[in-house]
Amino acid sequence: MTTTTAEPLTRKDFASPTAIRWCPGCGDYSILTTMQGILPTLGIPKENFVFVSGIGCSSRFPYYMNTYGFHTIHGRAPAVSTGVKLTNPNLQVWVITGDGDALSIGGNHFIHALRRNMDVKIILFNNRIYGLTKGQYSPTSGVGTVSPSTPYGSVDLPLSPISMALGAEAGFVARTSDNDVKHMGEVFAAAAAYKGAALVEVLQNCVIFADKIHDPYVGRTTRNDTLLYLKHGEPLRYGKELEKGLVLDKMTMKTKVNPAEGETIVHDEKDASGALGFYLSRLSHPEFPVPVGVFRNVERPSYITAMRGQIDTAQAKNPPSLDKLFNSGSTWTVD
Amino acid sequence: MSTDVHNIPINPNEKSHIDVDSVTIRFAGDSGDGMQITGTQFTDAAAVFGNDLATMPDFPAEIRAPAGTVAGVSAYQIHFSSEDIKTPGDDLNVLVAMNAAALKANIGDLEEGGILLIDEAGFTEKDFEKAEMKSNPLEDGSLNGYRVIKANITELTMNAVKETGLKGKSAELCKNFFTLGIMYWLYDRPLNHTLKWLDEKYGPKTKYKDKPEIAESNKKALTSGYNFADTVELFTSHYRVKKAALPKGKYRKISGNEATVFGLLTASQKSGRQLFYGSYPITPASDILHGLSKHKNFGVITFQAEDEIAAIASAIGSAYAGGLGVTATSGPGICLKLEAMGLGVMTELPLIIIDVQRGGPSTGLPTKTEQSDLLMVMFGRSGDSPLPVLAARSPSDCFNMAVEAARIALKYMTPVVLLTDGYIANGSEPWLIPDHTAIPEMKTNLVTSNGEEAFQAYARDPVTNARKWAIPGTPGLEHRIGGLEKARNTGAVAYDPENHQGMTNERHAKIAGIANDIPLAEVMGHKDGDALVVSWGGTFGTVSTAVEECNKAGMKLGHVHLQYLNPLPRNLAELLTGAERVIVPELNMGQLRMLLGGTFGIQIQGINQVRGKPFKVSYLASELHRILETQK
Repeated sequence: MTTTTAEPLTRKDFASPTAIRWCPGCGDYSILTTMQGILPTLGIPKENFVFVSGIGCSSRFPYYMNTYGFHTIHGRAPAVSTGVKLTNPNLQVWVITGDGDALSIGGNHFIHALRRNMDVKIILFNNRIYGLTKGQYSPTSGVGTVSPSTPYGSVDLPLSPISMALGAEAGFVARTSDNDVKHMGEVFAAAAAYKGAALVEVLQNCVIFADKIHDPYVGRTTRNDTLLYLKHGEPLRYGKELEKGLVLDKMTMKTKVNPAEGETIVHDEKDASGALGFYLSRLSHPEFPVPVGVFRNVERPSYITAMRGQIDTAQAKNPPSLDKLFNSGSTWTVD
Repeated sequence: MSTDVHNIPINPNEKSHIDVDSVTIRFAGDSGDGMQITGTQFTDAAAVFGNDLATMPDFPAEIRAPAGTVAGVSAYQIHFSSEDIKTPGDDLNVLVAMNAAALKANIGDLEEGGILLIDEAGFTEKDFEKAEMKSNPLEDGSLNGYRVIKANITELTMNAVKETGLKGKSAELCKNFFTLGIMYWLYDRPLNHTLKWLDEKYGPKTKYKDKPEIAESNKKALTSGYNFADTVELFTSHYRVKKAALPKGKYRKISGNEATVFGLLTASQKSGRQLFYGSYPITPASDILHGLSKHKNFGVITFQAEDEIAAIASAIGSAYAGGLGVTATSGPGICLKLEAMGLGVMTELPLIIIDVQRGGPSTGLPTKTEQSDLLMVMFGRSGDSPLPVLAARSPSDCFNMAVEAARIALKYMTPVVLLTDGYIANGSEPWLIPDHTAIPEMKTNLVTSNGEEAFQAYARDPVTNARKWAIPGTPGLEHRIGGLEKARNTGAVAYDPENHQGMTNERHAKIAGIANDIPLAEVMGHKDGDALVVSWGGTFGTVSTAVEECNKAGMKLGHVHLQYLNPLPRNLAELLTGAERVIVPELNMGQLRMLLGGTFGIQIQGINQVRGKPFKVSYLASELHRILETQK
């Protein structure tokens, strides 16, 4: 990617003239402004950004970015973005998706884009509800969620996008929340810097159908006790005075107040096995603090580099020639 | 017309050469017997010799169905001739049956008096049981009407290859080459082509270099089969099929899927756009994926996606980013791609969707041919969603139509469907190698700047109605597209009624206007005859041959063959409404008939068949006779 030599870009350069139609108070607004604030810092020309989305409230995102954007069909954004990125690797491609779009109808594409380490950045807005279709429960809704399609409470077991991404072998996996724009900006920047497929789950509030769904852990007044800020190389500690730590009791993770020196697990986002990241992805409120930050950040071979390498080798060895192609194999002449 | 090779007196004392015009042979055996290789080798030899030819492989959907059963029979048919031919032949002059099941499945197609070559090793009690045959056909008189040539080919092969050190099952596997040797003798063909091929495939420069006995034993089997036929006087005569008087030039043999691959690579070169092929494996389209994957030197990106939807979605993504996006599949795959095809229509991106049709519905008949996806690709999307539909008429025509699909997609900014089918995809014929420099460069709607004006993603070209193609990475042209209805010119999201009607009209007008850019329909045969026969796609060879035969027999038929199904050629209305009667033969229950009937408000008689196989010329001819007789 080339660094732009023109006037430095600003947040305003990335705001499109389209009127924003999210509900007042929607968590999507802060994600949008955070993104618009981060992009000018990346040193990438504006025309090289592409935002690809699926269907859902979050997927209207590209319309509000003054970049190239493609609002595709339900669940398929990772597949569309794959074609974009493979065709022009110079582009920085972001996928905007939601819990229904990525984990339900698009589960297959989500898994395989991560598995292949396709170099796209997937931002998953998790509000644990279907917003655009008016409030049905989603694959991340808790059991018992009362919604128009589950008037007696949902009996469906939810899944964790982080666990799923790690299971799909993703090399960069992180979580942040819509009410902490500083943290969100850092996580987006780390995802942008990662060479390969990145998944960022944003705990996002739907003010209409699942208002305050994440509040028990992301609430501003209590989050010191309910969120665990992951920092590579630092102990897994939380609480107002960082007085609590996560410790291992045999194979089980436990929370301990005032753990002894060296007793707290030290976060390692480079852990090759992925086991620590996966364990952290299993921690949920209220038994545990909810981890935010980078779960995993390891280098993986790049699909695009390998694919381009094969093409370059083939072209160097045997430049394209229709004449040679047509005349390959057995031929004969009729006089 | 082919000479009947079998009305020739047998004289056991003299081996002579008898000239015949054309011959149809079918090699049939178990899936593991190598019948496809045998057939392909015979075909290559015939092609290099200079015959005109057409082939039809016929294999089961299962990779290895239980050995010896009818379900596991694999066959390869070749029709080769000294004349111009367009079909793989109706009735067989020769059937090679490597076991009882192969006999049972294929004997019905052997002409009366035809040659039946049998490997006795495949006709034991056990084989009859597996083939569910009540009696031994070699003894029960059921084969009395044929010239049966029996030999224990398996045993002969084992003996022949003994000296190479190959034993057991591996030695037995060479029996297909022994059989091929016999057939080469019968049709007076040199062995050198296949001997060379065996060296190339298994010789010292291949991964089999440490197993020289493989090449050796197969070569040995081939020559032994040839010598065996010569010395034991299996046959009284060689038959000779002279070179065909094909147009001058350099030829190669090509299958439909190969031709599609060549066409796509050509389109990429001629348009200067990188070819992106997103695909998920499916019979009978996978060979396009395999073929393109070999040609990375053309810069082609082949992406084996996680499913059919991702395959087309990635191709759409590539088209958005400036690639020549292509996906190919068969009917069940199209079912999964239809929504994404609609996205392609709404976003007006150049895209090629190839449907190698097979028998349906559902999983249907994976390895058998049919033409029953026409209405699905025409109409199987939400909303009014027009796109061009093309259909190749023969194996080599897949090349022309793949190039044409790309031309239309790029010129008009639209997804284009190209229909082929299992029969022409796997079948092969000689291809007069075109002069690639004579194929015109392709224009695109790429735009790199809009000057001082604000860029409008849906502003249209006044002639083609195509929108501009502004690809990511182009400074100043940043814009958003998507599946929601577009506002005219700007491409912004718009839901208002006037705009939706206007945009729907624009999309229709754009596709309909392509009629001015495609060839007129041409009437072959009688222009003002008693009936106009209208066919489309892969049935060209059989229908045109049948019409020619009918006309030779005194009927007065015209024939129009369609390679463009949407839009239809602009003179078609006049031809159809002016015809005495219209007959549409097709390998489905009446899809083109419905399309033409609905479009032009005319009565049409159909000839419809879904047997997983191409029409037989004789069947079509008799149906045409019957229809004209009964409707006088």
